[in-house]
Amino acid sequence: MSDSENSEQEIQAQPVEEKQPDLPKFEKDQSDKITTKFGSKTEIAFVKPNRIKINVKKEDILDVATFIRDELNYDHAESVTGVDFPADKEIEVVYHLGSYTDPQLDKQVLSLATRATREDDPNPGKDSTRLPSLRDIFYSVEFHERECFEMLGVFFDGHPDNRRLLLPEDWADLPPLRKDFAIKGR
Amino acid sequence: MTTQLPPGIQLEKVDERIMTLNVGPQHPGSGHMRLIIRVDGDRIVSCDPDPGYVHRGEEKMAEYRNYITNIPHLERPVIHDSCNILYPYCLGVEELLGLQVPERAKYVRVIASELNRFTYTLYWLAIYGIFLGHSTMFMWPAGDREFAIDLLEKLTGARVTHAYFVPGGVRNDLPANFEDVCLRQVNYLEKRLKTYGDIFYDNPILISRTEKTGVLSRQDAIRLGTTGTVLRASGVDYDLRVKEPYDVYDELDVHTNVLKNGDSYDRSKTPWLDMLESCNIIRQALEKMPKSGSVRVKLKPNPKGGNDEVYKRVESGRGALGAYIVSRSKPEPYRVKLSVGSFRNLICMPHLLKGEKLGNMPAVYWSLNYWPVEADR
Amino acid sequence: MLKDLVTPQNANAFVGKLGDILVKAIDQPLGYAINWGRLWSLWPVHIETACCSVEFGAASGPRYDVERFGIIEAFGSLRQCDLVVVQGTITRKMAPRLRLVYDQMPEPKYVIAMGACAITGGLYFDSYNVLPGIDGVLPVDVYVPGCPPRPETLIQGCMLLQEKIKRMKAR
Repeated sequence: MSDSENSEQEIQAQPVEEKQPDLPKFEKDQSDKITTKFGSKTEIAFVKPNRIKINVKKEDILDVATFIRDELNYDHAESVTGVDFPADKEIEVVYHLGSYTDPQLDKQVLSLATRATREDDPNPGKDSTRLPSLRDIFYSVEFHERECFEMLGVFFDGHPDNRRLLLPEDWADLPPLRKDFAIKGR
Repeated sequence: MTTQLPPGIQLEKVDERIMTLNVGPQHPGSGHMRLIIRVDGDRIVSCDPDPGYVHRGEEKMAEYRNYITNIPHLERPVIHDSCNILYPYCLGVEELLGLQVPERAKYVRVIASELNRFTYTLYWLAIYGIFLGHSTMFMWPAGDREFAIDLLEKLTGARVTHAYFVPGGVRNDLPANFEDVCLRQVNYLEKRLKTYGDIFYDNPILISRTEKTGVLSRQDAIRLGTTGTVLRASGVDYDLRVKEPYDVYDELDVHTNVLKNGDSYDRSKTPWLDMLESCNIIRQALEKMPKSGSVRVKLKPNPKGGNDEVYKRVESGRGALGAYIVSRSKPEPYRVKLSVGSFRNLICMPHLLKGEKLGNMPAVYWSLNYWPVEADR
Repeated sequence: MLKDLVTPQNANAFVGKLGDILVKAIDQPLGYAINWGRLWSLWPVHIETACCSVEFGAASGPRYDVERFGIIEAFGSLRQCDLVVVQGTITRKMAPRLRLVYDQMPEPKYVIAMGACAITGGLYFDSYNVLPGIDGVLPVDVYVPGCPPRPETLIQGCMLLQEKIKRMKAR
């Protein structure tokens, strides 16, 4: 689960062991706080120096995000990325969260990932690819979620304004960043 | 009374007081984007940004090209700051492929990155002059910028779109005698930049047009997730070169410029102070650089990453630039996302322009350090 | 004496010869003067389409001064301009607006396609949102290649346009 080849502490120290070497301490504390509160609802994808990734189901994401904002002092979202996995029939949306106020969290970026179901014949806004919007918790995701909607077709419930942002107004094709939208000639 | 409307025509009741203006792609006061502004007399009631006129699909095309062929593509969003926008991409690919960059390459990268800060910020200052109608503020930075472009042309071979950073180092070594020429030109640039303080920033017309307009408070700057000079002009001390140093910034002495008021005047002054700081950084880097060594790691053809993902950040002229790369054991990346400072600061526009006078709109809009081509990617 | 010269048979030829003399004496110099006025005062519209606008801005700077050729980027309305420099990539969202701008300009008007993206789509030839060149939308007079073209190349493109205008009919 944790990608330990890239951890800095492993390069300096320890003899080669069969079990996993130690994870960076501060990041492990942070991820432990989340797992003790939420238990099996969250899953730690990896803990690297300065980067933590947590997978959450879409029903629990609002609670986890509120906890991260209030207890762990992350105060803004840097970007929202959507990644299309047609083999798993899911679309993963990753929120990268950072903090300006807490000096211990200067270097940390917490990635909060959730998955939405993917349909083969998308009808953006009216099919089952929906996620709850984090705009009330982190206001800075407003334009990022709009872009994710138009590029991948993920509808965000609770966002007041799910409209086009970058694509032309008369775009009538598949959402472009999906893997089955092929560029002509390739 | 109208009974039958022609097909495709709709009637809409328009409020009597409020008028909708298109500050569109062709406008002396807007860049390559549109702002749909509704005004009540002279006051702006609401503002709706409409970017996307330069949306070229960089992220989709990056999935069809391998890690090296992506380099000329991913530098095109900001052509005059191309080293900085390739920086997080190269750092990320180096982590995915497990490459160790040589020490001399890291110093050369720092020098090129800071020189690009000059070319970007001076161009931004020149266009600010056009928007405010101050033509000297266009001519002086446009002329001084050519000195930094000369240095970059000696170093990389191109005026803009350098394609100089590659995963594993930089493309070629410094030419002969570059250190002396660079030091002389940077000293001259610093002397010229110091005169800007008198003619631009102490100018009573500039002060009266930009002071107390578009005030962004500290809480709002944090809540809206702004970045870069917009954040530092509102009193938040956050600069990635100091907080999360990459390459050799932890060995250099970088001072962050933070201003308190958060109005357009402070947002227009912070980039100038950052440029004066860049002069110091370049001088330190030229001193501490190892005098010889390789500048590039040799790569095998078609390198592949594992099943991994990486997120790297770098401080550029507009703010924190991040690259999120997901790889799945193929020569092409599975997903590349560029998290750019201009797109993150876009949310300030509807927030700040509400309640402003229409005449203040260019001063506030361009002070947000927004480059439309980058935000559209 | 004039009545003897002009007979019904050679009246046409006489009028034709008179017309030739008038054209050589008045119309050609007049056309030359009108064209001379046009080519030394090409005013481009202030529309920046994509990244080549950086090199256009640098061309207006003090080092590569394009203002000495009369090309002042008149910041007023587009009804007073006569040159459209298509700077860079044209996306599908921008193309109708560009055509609208071109239609609103008064005659005579000229178009310079600057950059590889405006000529054939350039580096973005396979993107989903990019037109492969501006030829299908606007009638182009001069193509300036480069990615982005250096300011000297742009100035040479403007000089080529000046040569073209010299050879055009004035009215």
